Amino acid sequence: MKSLQELEQIRQETLQRINLRREDKGSEVRVVVGMATCGIAAGARNVMMAFMTEASKRKLNHVTISQTGCVGTCRFEPMADVFVPGQEKVTYVNLDEKKAARIVSEHIVNGNPVREFTITSQGLDAEKGDAK
Amino acid sequence: MIIYRSHILVCGGTGCTSSGSETLMERFEQQLKLHKLDKEVSLVKTGCFGLCEAGPVVIVYPEGTFYSRVRAEDVDEIVAEHMLKGRIVRHLVYHHTEDAVEEGQSLNDIEFYKHQDRIALRNCGVIDPEKIDEYIAFDGYKALGDALTKMSPQEVVDVIKASGLRGRGGGGFPTGLKWQFCKDVPSEKKYVICNADEGDPGAFMDRSVLEGDPHSVLEAMAICGYAIGADEGYIYVRAEYPIAVNRLKIAIHQAREYGLLGKNILGTDFSFDVHIRLGAGAFVCGEEMALMTSIEGNRGEPKPKPPFPATQGLFNLPTNINNVETYANIPQILIHGADWFRSMGTKRSPGTKVFALGGKINNTGLVEVSMGTPLRQVIYDIGGGIPGGKQFKAVQTGGPSGGCIPESLIDVPIEYDSLVEIGSMMGSGGMIVMDEDNCMVDIARFFLDFTVDESCGKCTPCRVGTKRMLEILERIVEGKGEEGDLERLEALAESISDTALCGLGQTAPNPVLSTIKYFREEYEAHIKEKRCPAHHCRELLHLEITDKCRGCTACSRVCPVGAITGTAREQHVIDVDKCIKCNSCIEKCHFDAIIKV
Repeated sequence: MKSLQELEQIRQETLQRINLRREDKGSEVRVVVGMATCGIAAGARNVMMAFMTEASKRKLNHVTISQTGCVGTCRFEPMADVFVPGQEKVTYVNLDEKKAARIVSEHIVNGNPVREFTITSQGLDAEKGDAK
Repeated sequence: MIIYRSHILVCGGTGCTSSGSETLMERFEQQLKLHKLDKEVSLVKTGCFGLCEAGPVVIVYPEGTFYSRVRAEDVDEIVAEHMLKGRIVRHLVYHHTEDAVEEGQSLNDIEFYKHQDRIALRNCGVIDPEKIDEYIAFDGYKALGDALTKMSPQEVVDVIKASGLRGRGGGGFPTGLKWQFCKDVPSEKKYVICNADEGDPGAFMDRSVLEGDPHSVLEAMAICGYAIGADEGYIYVRAEYPIAVNRLKIAIHQAREYGLLGKNILGTDFSFDVHIRLGAGAFVCGEEMALMTSIEGNRGEPKPKPPFPATQGLFNLPTNINNVETYANIPQILIHGADWFRSMGTKRSPGTKVFALGGKINNTGLVEVSMGTPLRQVIYDIGGGIPGGKQFKAVQTGGPSGGCIPESLIDVPIEYDSLVEIGSMMGSGGMIVMDEDNCMVDIARFFLDFTVDESCGKCTPCRVGTKRMLEILERIVEGKGEEGDLERLEALAESISDTALCGLGQTAPNPVLSTIKYFREEYEAHIKEKRCPAHHCRELLHLEITDKCRGCTACSRVCPVGAITGTAREQHVIDVDKCIKCNSCIEKCHFDAIIKV
């Protein structure tokens, strides 16, 4: 290594890998995939992998992808919540790998939630109140 | 470039390794493969998390879930539940007290970590110490880069001086001043030494830093080399620390590969390299002059000072020598500035200090707190108090050079000067807690026994003086103490402190003096009444069976010397002449019928 730039480059690249362990996750975007039995049966694992692949490809080191249990609306699985700091959470339903990729590019990168995949647009009137 | 969704951190420090963390690693690897999770979950071996009592420790991110006392068979459950289905395995999560399981337990919610400020230990338990990239990701080698490209050597020394950092090895000498002395001596060749010869019984702070974050020490040594004008460094580390030595070797190798050690570091004309020297475990080699003599290949013996190492150190050349923890603070001070460092701790002792908590305490382990934190907070809030509902009696700081602090002084803030004022010292950071069952005379005897053993024998006060003191103490605990013994001890202590050649001898009487000062009545009970108030000294007690005895014969069957007689269902009797006071009968008795008198 011959320069500070090279050091900085290693720093940035490694940080993406281990950002998860940092204390201040204040600016992070969180993607939480439902990974209970119902979710896994509906294909949540592939959806989660798609989120991870997309995030890696775009070097989004402020994004953490994690899993959660069943939220009770098993018929909408695979589901995922996207938390962007300072904004309301967005719940996506009936996901697949392609939809996951679009959510990463349109919502996380460009800041426009993909309305057509959200729980409200999929016709869940009862839950309109607490999720978009 | 792969991003993992979750990281499993398994502690690879000495404590957790000895309680089986290696097996856990293998089992995790195998289970993750089995569930096809190895592409999404990363497995990392880290340095010590500090809570060694609860080891082996496993932490899962991003949740920060803290699993303690994990056994190999628990691994299957963690992987199947937590990793696969995202359900935290509640019954394995660490909890502070026996009856209260707090919900959503992550690292920062735990009482043990809440009161800590971690600078020297900031990367321990966070990064993989065998991967230089992870150190770099957490601002590693940034301080060195900045120093080499943006600061003059004098500016580096000025920042360290302004920070008020004091030597963490025990003496508390201002580090910046030490660097300045060495910098000011003109010489073609100078050396930088890291003292990792941690020898106090019960102390393992330096070991944990070397095991958990070896690069921080290498980086700081290079910074020091730049500041004082040295191009070569030595780390003197005990051979009894095999994990630390191994990780240091890996770290040095990686740093050389990256060009962060060696010729023309980061394209500048500054060159610096580091060697490891293994110590054979002599306590005196932690004394700087003896340490350097040992590196030179001679028998480790101290020399009179002056000349100080700054002018004539290793191979008679100017040398700067600091302890591991001191170095671990340096990169952080350069990155965040002297004011940041001064914002922690007290005016006289800025920053933080790492302590190894041991003895009669619930959370045995490693803690880092701001200077000025009262001892009470360290022992009760972080350490979790005394096990078994026993009464706190004293805390020993500073190892064989320090003293015992009684309960009446437990609210004293921890600083170099305040500890010296009450007859103890900071030392390197060992903190041994004692309860009502510890005999203070015997504690003093124990530490003196250690110094007598470790005295190198070069000077008479230490070689002969400590031996004489030990003989008096041995007499006292055997019940053969005489009037005037305390005065004799005090007189001997004074002349040893005044005349011994090095720190080892000068401070050796401290454990005796401080226990006489605060627990004089215990000494007097031994000498005058031939009684040990803590029921600890064997020669001064005998065992008795009270009328609680139901005659179950359990005691007579377990007694190795046949000292207990009696018929079944009647009170038994101990023959005090035969009894060897092994306490086996006390452990066996179901009715608490056997007491020490």
